[in-house]
Formats: sequence, structure tokens, C-alpha cells
Amino acid sequence: MLKTFKMGGVHPEENKFAENSRIETIDAPELMYVMLNQNLGAPSVAIVKKGDTVKTGQLIAKGEVFISANVHSPVSGTVEKIDSWTDASGYRKPVIIIKKEGDVWDDGIDTSDSLVKEISASKEEIVELVKASGIVGLGGATFPTHVKLMVPQGKKAEYLIINAVECEPYLTADHRVMLEKGHEVMVGIQVLMKALDVSKALVGIENNKPEAISHLTKIASSYPGITVQGLKVKYPQGAEKQLIKALINREVPSGKLPIEVGCVVQNVGTALAVYEAVQKRKPLIERVVTVTGKNVKKPSNFMVRVGTPISLLLEKAGGIPDGTGKIVNGGPMMGKAIPNTDIPVTKGTSGILLMTNKEAARVKEYNCIRCGRCTTVCPMGLEPFLLGLAGENLNWEIAEKERSMDCIECGSCQYTCPSGRPLLDNIRLCKLKVGQIIRNRNK
Amino acid sequence: MNMLTISGSPHVHARGDASKIMRIVILALLPAMVGSFILFGLGAVQVFLVSVLSCIVFEYLIQKFLLKGKSTIGDGSAIITGMLLAFNVPSNLPIWIMIIGALVAIGVGKMSFGGLGKNPFNPALVGRVFLLISWPVQMTSWPKPLSSAGGLTDVVTGPTPLGILKESDGFAQAMSNTNMPDYISMLWGNMGGSVGEVSAILLLLGAIIMLATRVITWHIPVSFLAGAVLFSGALWLSDSTYYADPVFHLLTGGMMLGVFFMATDMVTSPMNPVGMLIFGFMCGLLTILIRVFGAYPEGVSFAILIMNAFVPLLNKIKPKRFGEVVNNG
Repeated sequence: MLKTFKMGGVHPEENKFAENSRIETIDAPELMYVMLNQNLGAPSVAIVKKGDTVKTGQLIAKGEVFISANVHSPVSGTVEKIDSWTDASGYRKPVIIIKKEGDVWDDGIDTSDSLVKEISASKEEIVELVKASGIVGLGGATFPTHVKLMVPQGKKAEYLIINAVECEPYLTADHRVMLEKGHEVMVGIQVLMKALDVSKALVGIENNKPEAISHLTKIASSYPGITVQGLKVKYPQGAEKQLIKALINREVPSGKLPIEVGCVVQNVGTALAVYEAVQKRKPLIERVVTVTGKNVKKPSNFMVRVGTPISLLLEKAGGIPDGTGKIVNGGPMMGKAIPNTDIPVTKGTSGILLMTNKEAARVKEYNCIRCGRCTTVCPMGLEPFLLGLAGENLNWEIAEKERSMDCIECGSCQYTCPSGRPLLDNIRLCKLKVGQIIRNRNK
Repeated sequence: MNMLTISGSPHVHARGDASKIMRIVILALLPAMVGSFILFGLGAVQVFLVSVLSCIVFEYLIQKFLLKGKSTIGDGSAIITGMLLAFNVPSNLPIWIMIIGALVAIGVGKMSFGGLGKNPFNPALVGRVFLLISWPVQMTSWPKPLSSAGGLTDVVTGPTPLGILKESDGFAQAMSNTNMPDYISMLWGNMGGSVGEVSAILLLLGAIIMLATRVITWHIPVSFLAGAVLFSGALWLSDSTYYADPVFHLLTGGMMLGVFFMATDMVTSPMNPVGMLIFGFMCGLLTILIRVFGAYPEGVSFAILIMNAFVPLLNKIKPKRFGEVVNNG
């Protein structure tokens, strides 16, 4: 029987319409909008000013604190403006707008397609290069990768776990990366293994991507220490605690990080970015984005430069279909609905999902009928109905006691609720308030 | 382009909402309902019509004039309460008593707590027990099936198997009573009893529908049956001439109806599997306790209502949290 995590989980319709679309490169448009808050943690600080000439891959904003990340120019040209721009959160955030002129790359970047298998960089150099290249987790959480590579004192990494689950419905970016850039991913994994000083890497892939499993299994034989493991399809297997549980049956303690059980989890797309940063000296300025939806003419996977407005991606995928009622940045379970299409691609953009008016509306709300399904599907063993009620009643004591902070916001509860209760909306409120209370208490 | 919707994730929903669950329950009740029309004839039809219609009307009126909220009859739960209430009364029950039963079930059992999902006790059972205590004669006059299927009046009445057992001095004597049907008749429903409770086979068919569509899980039915079989089995083994065997207990009275349709009501049963198992087991135990040692011949309704009261307590049983007690070898 295939491995999976035990507790909870759901199986939404997969709808991987773009799974057979080869990655297509989109040329950068005239104006690029490079956001300065593309990572989890502190925003990056601009080091260029209006009128400066920049080359492709040149550092334009610095991560100045530990949990932050560098940002590089995705094109060559001149800095048009340093301004604010609406990002996927719906708020205006700082942005560097660059006017493209040609495509002149910064010195020392290897832009060829040749595979560099030999890893010459040392452990420390790898971490330094990853940091310098502005790499963040590309699964969507955008946590700075170099932080994860620096194992805290007293802890030991035993496994590198590569998250190639792509459990979100619709999204196929990781799937295509594995099929088309398998060798690069494998070298990237070896680079990460060297940085972490581990001998074992596990690649977890859900069973709805049999081609990717067989392709990576085949090539893994020439990369020592890497094992590809097929997993039963179950959402949210791509959540790192659930993935660790599925692969090696270890449970990360509540409130702790994977390193507690000897694991470091990296997304498969991040492995590719690490390969490029370390082996080709190429910073993170492009990524694969899936553009899909039930009525999208040409569901696609695009290789795009960070900073490209998503309107261009939608145009290349056949335009916005009539009756589109919601555009989601990410997958349907955890993605964010966005207010317009001028929002640029950032490092964390894994997909753009177009939903019809009908799909955009929530289901009818009834009273809770106490069926308990939310509890059954919660992968963290929480009781979402209780937390939802705590949120409705503004009862933060119960919210804390019932461990709202353990919630990973996978949305399985709200997805399942036959009464259409806005469970996750309320739990998010609980998390926000309880987080504030805990921070104030620890002051 | 039109305006875009902004809302928090998740942006998709599993198909099927509360009203769909209600529709499946109604579908699952249909076999036994149709069976009761054949067994008890027009009387059963009348009981059903009056009960379901009254429940809908009362819910509508209470919601509109007392709670002053949007109409909730569309969710289908009033229809289920009405059907279940009809299942639980004799087919010759006077119309006016039926209407009062519906008023108590919906008004007191459900709407006084705030409507769907808020009631601690199963509304149909609240109505049924109210009628049983208030009009014990009318509520325990049982038309004989098939023989009286023709009309509404002049029905031939007779005792239920559990009634015979209660009146007799022991199981052996009860089984020798000429009015006692054999087990095959009991299985099909050819015995005295409430409208919808008699046919074990047709109720099981409905139960399969609900289990297959995952409207209910196995926990409550299995533990309920286990509690009843273990307790009645132990008594029977101690004295098989005095105490009835477990098969008799399973096939008679409201056992099948209670096990699959009344105890499994989501609103009034526990929300976690452990709680469900305790709830079901105790329901089974209490049913036999009341049947064997109590004043009433039948105990399913009382057992479930008593256990309904324990549900808030059983809901305090917490699921195992991820990462709470960690044993990683």
C-alpha cells in the first residue's frame, strides 16, 4: 500500500488540466514590477535608485536581516521608479519598476543549458550562494532558504525531504519541472544535501503524477542517496509536517520545526533554483507558473521572470474567459483571491487559477449540524467547529486552549463542511488574536 | 471585466451540503415508508401526511412569527422530523393527536432551542415520548398489519411482540402465545407496532443507503447493536426460558429504527468516534435495561433521549492532536 499521512485529509477534484503542457518561456514585457516583499520575514531594502542602469540578475534590493532575502533585477534596463504597487495580498507594497532594454546579463552568470553535475562549492559557499541569490521556498510559503540550511546548534539534520507532492488541485508547475528539468533538480538536491551534510534525501511525489515518479526514479539511480517515494493522493500532503509523517512516520511536535525530528523540507522548485544559484551562479529571477482554470482556453505552464504582471500570462493562456468571477494566486485550497490582473508574479507565485462566477460564490450557509466532519478531516487533530465558534464569539481563551496556533490553514474543514460554515475565516481571526496575545505575554 | 470576488481560501467546496444530507436521509426512509403503506394501508398514509405537513407548517410559522428569521423549511430537516415522528406512532392515531405531536416535536424539541443544529434532543423522539405519556391508550393501540390495511376505521388491533413479552411470565411462555409472530414475520414487519418501525429489512435497506453515502458512520449503529446484543445475550444465557434471546430484541420494537435513524441523528449524537462508540453502546444497554426491568415494554426512545443528554459531555473527548504526544522511536 502507498504511504500517506494518517490523520485527516481530503481529496478534492484534481483538475490538473495543464499537466501535459510543456513549460513555455514568456519574454519579459516593457515594464517590470519587482516587489520588495517577496519573502516571508522582513522586506528587502532597495539599493538602486531612479535612473540607475541595471543588468539581468544584478542585485537591486538586499535582505538586511537574518530572515529576509535579496532581490535581483529580472531584466536589463533602467530603474523607472521606486513606488508602491498592489500585490497579491491586496495591499500596496514597495516595488521597483524597471523599464526593459535588451537582455544583458550580469557578469559571471552561466546562461547556457549545459548541465553542471560537479559540485565545486563547499558547504559554507553553498549557503552563501543560496543567500546571495535570494532563494526562498517556491512552494508558496517563500521562507528564505538559507535560513533552513543553517541547522541550529545542537540539532542534526538526518533527512533532506523534497516536497514534490503538489497536492493543490489544478497546479502543475512542480510536475512539469520534474519532467523537464529532472537532472537539474537532482543536482540541486545533491547541493542541498552537501549544504546540510546529510546522506539521505527523500523525494515525495503523489501518485497522480506517475510519469514524474518513474522519470525521477529512473534518473535517481545516478545520484547517490536520493530516493523517490510515491505517495497516495491526499490533501494536504504537501504541508511539511504531513509530508514528514507520510515519508518517515515521524511527528513534528506542536509548535516546533521539522529539524526537531531531523528533517529539512525543501520544495522541488526550490531545488531547481538552488541548482541554478550554486552551479550556474544565476540568482532567482524566474520561476514556473501554472495558468489554469475550467474555462481557460490554453491551460499552460510558463517560465516567467519575476515582476511580470499576470495580465500577460493570462493573455498568453488565451485571455480571461467570459464569466470569470475570481482569480486566485496559488491553488484553490490555500491560494489568495486577487483584486486585479496588474499584480506581478513574485517568487511565491506557483499558479494563477481562474474561476467562473459560479465557482467564485461560496455555498449556502446553514447552522452547524454537528456532524463532526471538520474534526475528521483536520490533519492536525483539531476541532475546527470549536475554533470557528471561538472566532465567532471572540473568545480568545478557548481559541488558545484549543490550539488554534497549530492550524496550518489547509482549509480541509471549510472544504468539507456541509453547512458551508466559514470555519477557516474564523480560525484565521483566532490565530491573529492568539498570536498577538502570546507575543504581548512574552514581552 | 466584471468585479472579481475576494474571499479567503479555500476557494472550492466538496459537493453536497446540509440539504443534500437531508435528501439522502429522506430517500433512506422511503423504503420503510412505502412498506408501511402496504402493511398498514390508508392509516399509515394519513399519519404520514398529517405529521410531515404539520411539522413543515409549524416550523414555518415559528420561524416567521416567533423567531422572525428567514424560512428554514428548505433545508429538509422538518420533513425528516415529520417522517420519523410518523414512523414512531400507531397507524390509527387520531389526527389531532398527531398534530399535537408535531407541534411538540418541532416547537419544543427543535425550534425552542434555535432550530436546525441547536437542539440537544432528537425532536421526533421528544414528540413521540410526549404523546406516549399524554395519550398512552391511543399510543399503544396497535393495528394488525395487512388485515387492517383496507380502511381508516374498524381496524383490528393486537399487541406488539414486546407487549406480549411484558405481559407473559417469561420468554418461553410469550413465544407460545398464539399472537406472537415468528422471526421471519418480524423481519418483514408483519407484526403489531408503530408505523415505520416494524420492517427490519426495509429499515436495513435505508441504513445501507446512508452508510454507502457516508451520511452516517458505522460507529453508533455497531456499538448500539453490540450493547443490546451483549446485555440481552448475557441475560438470555443466564436463563433462556425467562429472558428473550438477542435476535428477538433486535427484530422487535423500535430497535432497527432507533439504531440506524434515531441514534445516528448528527445533531444529537457525539461528534467524535470514541464518544459515538460510548453513546451507541450505552443506548443499547439502556434499551435492554428498560425493556427487561422497566415499566414500559419498549425502551429505545427513552434510551436515546437519556443518552442525548450526555452528548455535550461526550463531546469533551478530544481527538488526538498532531504533534501532542510524540513518540518518534
